[in-house]
Amino acid sequence: MKLLRWVIGTIVLGGAILVIILRPLPFLFYHDLPYMNTVSRALYIIVLSCLLCLYRIGRGPTGADRIVAIDILGIMIIGLCALLTITTGRSWYIDIGIAWALQSFISTLALSKFLEGKDFDE
Amino acid sequence: MNNLIGIIFITIGFAFDFVGCLGLVRLPDVYNRLQAATKCVTVGTCSILFGTFLMVGFTAAGIKCLLCVIFIVLTSPVAAHAVARGAHRAGVKLSQGSVVDRYAEDKEGEK
Repeated sequence: MKLLRWVIGTIVLGGAILVIILRPLPFLFYHDLPYMNTVSRALYIIVLSCLLCLYRIGRGPTGADRIVAIDILGIMIIGLCALLTITTGRSWYIDIGIAWALQSFISTLALSKFLEGKDFDE
Repeated sequence: MNNLIGIIFITIGFAFDFVGCLGLVRLPDVYNRLQAATKCVTVGTCSILFGTFLMVGFTAAGIKCLLCVIFIVLTSPVAAHAVARGAHRAGVKLSQGSVVDRYAEDKEGEK
């Protein structure tokens, strides 16, 4: 069973890394800037990290694991919005990032207070 | 030249992001996961945003990137501290190989 899990993980991660190296996603870009292949590989790697965070959200043994993974997922999405600002040339993507940062901070504080098991007016 | 420095910052950033999320999956405990994920992801996302500022320049999007960097640096340690304190008070166990637990000793000394 452990060997099966290792084989499945190796196939998925190896396939993802091969896709990142071989195909740098050329159809997203509206204008040609230098170093765009590196930025598109960064988009691939950040989406892969978001999938790892979703795995920890689904399978976390306790509630605190899920809260940590939700916080980290929010911070990854801010980076994704910044990279989309470069690639598409539209400046309102970073507004989504700022709003997501505010909401993620408040929700993490509220969830940790709920985990602690006390009232909000301590 | 600005584009080259920006792309170096972005490369450092996504490498740190991926290592942080790998630590979030692989480490055995809530507190270890919090350690790996918070530090690596904060440094990674802050350098991605700073590289975006260097590539875009002094436009509206660049200034918003700097604001977002300041906000993440101020709030991410606060959120991590709150989650760790809440988890310890809710009774989440440490992993098997843990050596010392100073916060539990302090709480026993208060009683």
